[in-house]
Amino acid sequence: MNKYRKIDYYTIFEALTPLIAVFFALLVGAIVIVLVGEDPLNVYKILFSNAISNRDGWGNVLFRATPLIFTGMAVAFAFRCGLFNIGGEGQVYVGAFLATWVGFTFTNLPSFILIPLCIFSAAAGGAFWAAVPGMLKAKTGVHEVIVTIMMNWIAFSLTFFLVLKYKAAATPDMVAAGVKQMIPHTEEIAQAARLPRLYTILKSMNIDFPSHNQINVSFFIAIGIAILAYYILWKTNLGYEIRAVGYNPLAAEYGGINVAKNIILAMVISGAFAGLVATNEVMGFKYRWRQELFTNLGFNGIAVALLGKNHPFGVVLAAILFGILNYGGAIVNIFTEGRIPREIIMVLQAVIVIFVVISDEIVKRFIRKRRKLA
Amino acid sequence: MSEIALEMKNITKRFPLVVANDQVNFQVYKGEIHALVGENGAGKTTLMSILYGLYQADSGEIFINGKKVEINNPNIAIKLKIGMVHQHFMLVPPLTVTENVILGMEPIKNNFIIDMEQAVKKVEELSKSMGFKIDPHAKVESISVGIQQRVEIIKVLYRGAEILVMDEPTAVLTPQEAEELFEILRSLKKQDKTIIFITHKLNEVMSLSDRVTVMRKGKVVGIKNTRDTDQEEIASMMVGRKVIFEIEKKEHPFGKIVLKVENLTALNNKKLPALKNISFTIREGEIFGFAGVEGNGQTELVEVLAGLRKSTGGKIYLYDQDITNSSPRNIREKNIAHIPEDRRLRGLILDFTVYENIILGSHYRQPFNNTLSLNFSHIYKHTDHLIKNFDIRPPSKDNKLKSLSGGNQQKVIVARELFGEPKLLIASQPTRGLDVGSIEFVHQQILKEREKGKAILLVSADLEEILSLSDRIAVIYEGKIVDILDPKQTNEKELGLLMTGSRMNKKITQIES
Repeated sequence: MNKYRKIDYYTIFEALTPLIAVFFALLVGAIVIVLVGEDPLNVYKILFSNAISNRDGWGNVLFRATPLIFTGMAVAFAFRCGLFNIGGEGQVYVGAFLATWVGFTFTNLPSFILIPLCIFSAAAGGAFWAAVPGMLKAKTGVHEVIVTIMMNWIAFSLTFFLVLKYKAAATPDMVAAGVKQMIPHTEEIAQAARLPRLYTILKSMNIDFPSHNQINVSFFIAIGIAILAYYILWKTNLGYEIRAVGYNPLAAEYGGINVAKNIILAMVISGAFAGLVATNEVMGFKYRWRQELFTNLGFNGIAVALLGKNHPFGVVLAAILFGILNYGGAIVNIFTEGRIPREIIMVLQAVIVIFVVISDEIVKRFIRKRRKLA
Repeated sequence: MSEIALEMKNITKRFPLVVANDQVNFQVYKGEIHALVGENGAGKTTLMSILYGLYQADSGEIFINGKKVEINNPNIAIKLKIGMVHQHFMLVPPLTVTENVILGMEPIKNNFIIDMEQAVKKVEELSKSMGFKIDPHAKVESISVGIQQRVEIIKVLYRGAEILVMDEPTAVLTPQEAEELFEILRSLKKQDKTIIFITHKLNEVMSLSDRVTVMRKGKVVGIKNTRDTDQEEIASMMVGRKVIFEIEKKEHPFGKIVLKVENLTALNNKKLPALKNISFTIREGEIFGFAGVEGNGQTELVEVLAGLRKSTGGKIYLYDQDITNSSPRNIREKNIAHIPEDRRLRGLILDFTVYENIILGSHYRQPFNNTLSLNFSHIYKHTDHLIKNFDIRPPSKDNKLKSLSGGNQQKVIVARELFGEPKLLIASQPTRGLDVGSIEFVHQQILKEREKGKAILLVSADLEEILSLSDRIAVIYEGKIVDILDPKQTNEKELGLLMTGSRMNKKITQIES
């Protein structure tokens, strides 16, 4: 009996490695902060107390976590099928642009049609962009990493071309202020296409929440996506096949599973998740496409998925941690009057990822050694 | 003969979940061939790994020629003249025989240059002393597995080994190659080398060894002079109960033709012809065995039948229904079961649990799959039922397959494939790498299917298995069936010759003369 309890202990240990990694990363971060000449305890106190000790902080953290949940889920889902989708960035761009275009084009549609239509467009754009590498992988065996990188560059250039084509005219205020150059952006999407901010909902329930806080309904869509992904992967026939292909395509084929079909499907679902970033950034925040609004969201999703061990719930927690560091970093920058720039907190993010990879490997080797011949 | 070359005293080695060696005493005389036998997981490999310095014992002592030694790593073992020939060869394929032999211990001349001449001479000398010839300049990738094994032996002797540990050396050899290996080992014995021979093939123990040590569950359960014992006794010591050796096969009339293969052709992975006009039939209640040296088309034949490889010509009929080039799923739906030759690569998803593996292939169908989700309560019930019926250990549906022993992994496959009453069972190397107990179990299952009137296609590299199970035996050589034989009127020797194409050569010379 004791035997089985011990195995469980290992499994739990393995699942908790990211926590160990975060701990060591904070330690390394502390050294960096000391080298800059600040008190690490004080800096961490500012960072965490502002981020998670009040409603405003939590709102900001979750708002920043939302896009990372989408892109993290995109990476994690594809990974379950043995695919490394590093094209999240491009899938975000294409999905977001399509959603924006629908939002400012079909302006006379009512909200209950336009919002679902925009959400669908965001997902469809991302899905289409991921389907191409998926099909090439399934049918010709070209590695998805190569193709997704290439698709990223096409997406950058394509959306840049489109944003110039649909560029919004300068407002009279800007003309009056003599602004000649601005970051390229499109027209705003219709009022009917916008997702409500959380404070409007909380206000109607008589809960006090700052009106400037940008967290919006998209966060709940992200949580819904994580639950949906979990359900698909572990409760359905489709998820069973996707994971079978991911672990062992030869055995999957032997079991009558269509490997090519599942690779394409996994990429399509993964791309759709990435495309949904538009629900937060466009439909809930800026209400328009703006160049550089989405930069690195796709790539950070890789780190989030890694930290979350490619599990939907892990991804949500990892995205929230990144949200804390992201928002807390900005606050630390203000409180220390720039002596601790945001970049130091960014270093922390990178160090966490490195430690996750290292500790994962160390723990795996440790367990393998222990289990050998057992 | 009575001088003790190696003595391991009270060796205990614990791993977190198991005691791999429990107070093991192991003694080998100088110049003897000593067989070390036991089921998988009995602790043979652990014991030898401790001897070779790969593991350290928790307690116990090792004596070499009466002197106490500490072996902390393989370098010390080599210095103590202990050599190990691993089951999986440690050779560099693009290098020559000589280069492989001297790797890591290159003879140097002028302080700088590798003395190739001397190395070649040494290789030739060593091979001559064992009574065979080897081309020292041949590249390892171009020589057969049997010869590669000789390179491994030369490599060990080159390092001055006096005690040779051979880890299941015949697992990869044909009967003829194995017999040649035994000759080499006997000649080494004449040179007063000490040989420890790990195996679980009992006929090898009987024909080769002087003494045998039997291990079970980490303990030594018997030490015997080979001439004072027999296979039955060793087998029952190994598994701790009596083992049925004689396979009881009832004679019965065969029924209708289940599988008909006509002029089947297919390519291998290198796009070269692997199957050349294969034709045969299997009837209800018949076991049709395929004997052949690996790589002569068996793998491709099984894959084509299972839908995993496209044929380039010919037809396959199941009860008169054309199933040529159907998808694997369609073939499964037609009730063809398949025990694949490589269970870890093809047959199982090692990171999946037992219940996930049990439903592989029928996971998408009722009753395992409802419209919206898998039907877990039914899957669990079904799995628990099979675990009980097939005695899968440990008896938990939630264990990942990679944590199971080879025998239990195979039981999962057999349980899955035999459920649902297949019309045709394709069993490819069904007992490869299994221990005596598991082999017995798999054989019984196959015979049970035969009695139920199922057609069975059996591919095996183990000729004993082919001979004892099959109703007819096809010998496959270079993608062709060279002969179909009655097992009662043939033997291992004839099969072995046919498998290597020998009789064909004889026929040609007869025609020429």
